[in-house]
Amino acid sequence: MLARLMAMHSRRAWLAFALAALVALVLVPALNLAVPAGWPLRLPDYLVPLLGKFLCYALVALAMDMVWGFTGILSLGHGVFFALGGYAMGMHLMRVMSGEGHYRSQLPDFMVFLNWKELPWFWQGFDQFWLAALVILLLPACAALVFGFFAFRSRIKGVYFSIITQATTFALMLLFFRNETGLGGNNGLTDFKRLLGFSLSTPATKLGLYLTTALVLLLAYLACRYIVTSKLGRLLCAIRDGESRLLFLGYDVLRYKLFVWTFSAFLCGIAGALYVPQVGIINPSELHPAGSIEMAIWVAVGGRGSLVGGLLGAFLVNGAKSWFTVAWPELWLFFLAALFIGTTMFLPRGLAGLKDLLPWARRGDSTEVRR
Amino acid sequence: MHLARPCHLIVLALLAWLILLPSPVAVADSQQLRQAAAGLGGQSRAEVIAAIEDLGRLGDPVALPLLEALQAGKLRLDHEGRPLIVEEGQPSGQDAFTGETVPLGGDLRAPLVNNLVRRSLEPVMARLRIFSPDPGLRLTAARRLAEEPPEAGQAPMLTAALEKESDPAVRQVLGLVVSLADLKSPDKARRLAAIQTLGASGDTNYLERLKPLTQKDPQGQYLEPDPEVRQAARWGMQIIYFHTLPADIAQCLFYGLSLASVLLLASLGLAITFGLMGVINMAHGEMLMLGAYAAYVTQNVFRAWWPGALDWYPLVALPVCFGLPALVGVALERGLIRHLVGRPLETLLCTWGISLLIIQAVRLIFGAQNVEVANPSWLAGGWQVGQGLLLTYNRLAIIGFADLAVLLVWFILNRTPLGLRVRAVTQNRGMASALGVKASRVDMWTFGLGCGIAGLGGLALSQIGNVGPELGQSYIVDCFMTVVLGGVGKLAGTVWGSLGLGVINKVLEPFSGAVLGKIAILVFVILFIQKRPQGIFALKGRLAEG
Amino acid sequence: MSAQATVVQDGVGRASSTARRFPILYVQAVSVSFDGFQALDNLNLTIQDGGIHCIIGPNGAGKTTLLDVITGKTRADAGTVFYKPLGSISQLSEAQIARGGIGRKFQRPTVFENHSVFENLMMALKCDKGLKHSLFGLLRTAERERIQEVLGIIGLRDQADRLAGGLAHGQKQWLEIGMLLAQEPQMLLLDEPVAGMTPAEIEHTIGLLHSLAASRTVVVVEHDMEFVHSIAQRVTVLHEGRVIADGDMDQVRSHPKVIEVYLGDQ
Repeated sequence: MLARLMAMHSRRAWLAFALAALVALVLVPALNLAVPAGWPLRLPDYLVPLLGKFLCYALVALAMDMVWGFTGILSLGHGVFFALGGYAMGMHLMRVMSGEGHYRSQLPDFMVFLNWKELPWFWQGFDQFWLAALVILLLPACAALVFGFFAFRSRIKGVYFSIITQATTFALMLLFFRNETGLGGNNGLTDFKRLLGFSLSTPATKLGLYLTTALVLLLAYLACRYIVTSKLGRLLCAIRDGESRLLFLGYDVLRYKLFVWTFSAFLCGIAGALYVPQVGIINPSELHPAGSIEMAIWVAVGGRGSLVGGLLGAFLVNGAKSWFTVAWPELWLFFLAALFIGTTMFLPRGLAGLKDLLPWARRGDSTEVRR
Repeated sequence: MHLARPCHLIVLALLAWLILLPSPVAVADSQQLRQAAAGLGGQSRAEVIAAIEDLGRLGDPVALPLLEALQAGKLRLDHEGRPLIVEEGQPSGQDAFTGETVPLGGDLRAPLVNNLVRRSLEPVMARLRIFSPDPGLRLTAARRLAEEPPEAGQAPMLTAALEKESDPAVRQVLGLVVSLADLKSPDKARRLAAIQTLGASGDTNYLERLKPLTQKDPQGQYLEPDPEVRQAARWGMQIIYFHTLPADIAQCLFYGLSLASVLLLASLGLAITFGLMGVINMAHGEMLMLGAYAAYVTQNVFRAWWPGALDWYPLVALPVCFGLPALVGVALERGLIRHLVGRPLETLLCTWGISLLIIQAVRLIFGAQNVEVANPSWLAGGWQVGQGLLLTYNRLAIIGFADLAVLLVWFILNRTPLGLRVRAVTQNRGMASALGVKASRVDMWTFGLGCGIAGLGGLALSQIGNVGPELGQSYIVDCFMTVVLGGVGKLAGTVWGSLGLGVINKVLEPFSGAVLGKIAILVFVILFIQKRPQGIFALKGRLAEG
Repeated sequence: MSAQATVVQDGVGRASSTARRFPILYVQAVSVSFDGFQALDNLNLTIQDGGIHCIIGPNGAGKTTLLDVITGKTRADAGTVFYKPLGSISQLSEAQIARGGIGRKFQRPTVFENHSVFENLMMALKCDKGLKHSLFGLLRTAERERIQEVLGIIGLRDQADRLAGGLAHGQKQWLEIGMLLAQEPQMLLLDEPVAGMTPAEIEHTIGLLHSLAASRTVVVVEHDMEFVHSIAQRVTVLHEGRVIADGDMDQVRSHPKVIEVYLGDQ
């Protein structure tokens, strides 16, 4: 088994992985903690949650790449799973600060504002971290399982699947916007105070959250890498390239699709849950169809069907977004539009495809897509 | 019956007017009147209002000229408290009760009048006017009284007026007014009779009056002590609901139909580009938006250069709204989409990028706020078919416009050389090319046509809704649902799909709210596709093989 | 399930390839219609274990639809299909039927172009095709050897690590046949295997089919009478969704209805 695990990467790739882990887990905290303030190499405190946010997006990109890059299912609804995980975390954070809100009520502020007298049933128990964690791990996955079962069973494929996921996202966004839904309506959940007893406003907690996210991302990357290098990974690519042929080879394609779809939603839910305490708010705008489709472009820019490509894309696109929205807010959408058009027209394999142009490029691992 | 009523009402009213001489009404003691009028000179507004109420309570229409003058600001009181009506710049005034001319002199007081006082004047004047000899005035007055709940104490006076009243139209309204007053009567029989009258009227305005009879106060006690009356009130409300049902259903269907027409206009283009060509164009919604903005620009051009012809701008907008999106569509097809043939998911993402581009460009040019596209005057207003049923002209026009658009598309596809080629390329591209059809040229025209039709949809939308950069985004999801539900590649399917979605949407709305309705429809579409993956209209017969 | 299949293979199938034959597949009163078009009309058919069985008929006779029904791609409106190792297979999915031992080759070669030749064979290989095994299972030595063996048979041993998309057209055909071999179906359905082939290639394919039929049942759908004559041990003629003749080649050829259909058709 160990040999199998080692075979996930070439020696060189393992080295690169170790290096990345070292940078994420040791170098970043060191630059933040050990370098005195004012030095040029010092990582300012405000950048830590930003990096943490990017890591969450990278996790989403991994999840997206598994379903789209490898299995060929373009989901325009991953924002839903992200938001479900995020809302579950947000509900927990709201409950543990009960009594400390603006109105000093046992209920979350927005319920006081809506003149609600008691906690709705689905808020019960969210003051317990274990329950919230269970919901975070299970709810997005279960939602994906049910949706996927109906969609895949009726063989909804390709753009039809994409459209249906987008429509679902849109409908859910409208639902979450309603005050009656009981999740804070327009404003969502915000003004969080602490998680597991740690105040969310201290730099130490922020660094802790960042480290947790980095660790989860590294583990998730390894899990995905394990899947795509297994026979299952080959089968997923085969689903993408010739689903019906695979059926006649005796594979239950429905189960394979459901597995990867649910797994992807699971990762996305975790990403959402890690995102909320670092950003400090979750509201229905996370469910906007435009957000979900942006997730696809992270993967497309980085390169579909190569996990590293997806990670790279998430960092690059979101980095660009952070920079643009400060420096040239009107131009950001033009840039994004150019990414969508440019990538699909001129760079179908994304930045990972550029690798072959490099003189020292070697033949990639056989799991990577070739088109 | 509703429609027949106005005619015979008029006849009866004329008869009544001929027979009846100006009716002698309860003549109050003139001393009392003068006393009450003197109260108008009170130092506080409360006193003034009390004096007005007193005048009203006496129930003598003789006080009307005085109150009218008070309302017009022409009333003065002399030092004895005698009310005089004065005209600007005249040396003499008239006694408000007798009309005798009195020279003005000494100190004249103007009563304190503010909005509060004026508001209290209205119902009092209405109460007095129901004794007016003019049936028209009486009717207006009675209607005015029906708007605000009269006090129980006014019931005797109103009943007196009702007994004297011979004009059936006024009688009917007065009867309702009496009933409204009787609702607060201590006599149970009167309350019951009142509930029955109000219920039978079928007027939704009285729901609010009946409701309190069935409710509890904060202490949990019923406002109405008698259970029999409570039950009657519930019944009365049910009867009113029942009366309004047909109009409600008709109104709901009308809204559903107009929503369906909007959906149809938005989806028709998509049925061509997505349904026939198989190109998934996420920027389709933006073609709608461009069409709507084209209408906006046309309107502004008219406003600036030909304001006299402003009413006719939609006629000029028609080709503009078709042409601009069609041009954009042709450019897109030539420049981008053509190169993405066979890669539907990439097409989806690429066209999404285009939609972002168009939205942001429009936002920079026209601003992020909604712009105003006004209805031409011939589309303003509506046709009041009956109580609670108003068919607005702009929606009627859209329903007609959508039908025309369907006919146009059907004609183009089935009766023109372009349509022939489009169908040929759709069915068998290779064979069509072999027969000399320039398939890529046909693609270009077809795509342009689809986008142009969407632009026409935008023109229609601009007449009933807001026009803003995000206009298209709010329709694109519905459009795709329509085409998928109707069955890809079938025009009739799109028509039925939009009709179904539009009407279901509006029918569900009152029960579940717009959002839950949308979700219900989505679930329905997903379940429907489980049963019939081909949509409502499956391909019949010939192409079954393969 | 696999145990049952093995019993049939060892006990009946293999031993009796030449002498007494047992039915392996019954198609019983199957009807299929597509929106009013009757593709199969109350069709009855028996296929014996072992040997080559040809199904012929003019265009639109329902040949491909029949294969679709057997492999589970199309659901029959009425009637049942019995497959000896599994019993009634009318309600099973494509994957279940395939795992039960019915392999199918389509008209156009379909290999996974983004996978290496080796991976193509590995995916086709008869083994546990469940999710868990795909995720955690490792390739056993016996399986690896079997793949090497098949690679040898199809002559692609030195191309094992190449992407299938980079193969020449003929090599793809071979790879697909190799995948069918690796799948080890008990019954093999071939849809027009010689369409578009040169006479030399047809000759080659005939040899291949005979060697395949030595250890399994082969069903060939074809409309080329000459080709059918050279391979078929038993022939069924379909016309407008019904069986009009069934028997050996000579019987079928002299059948008046067949003559009418074929002469009338061409």
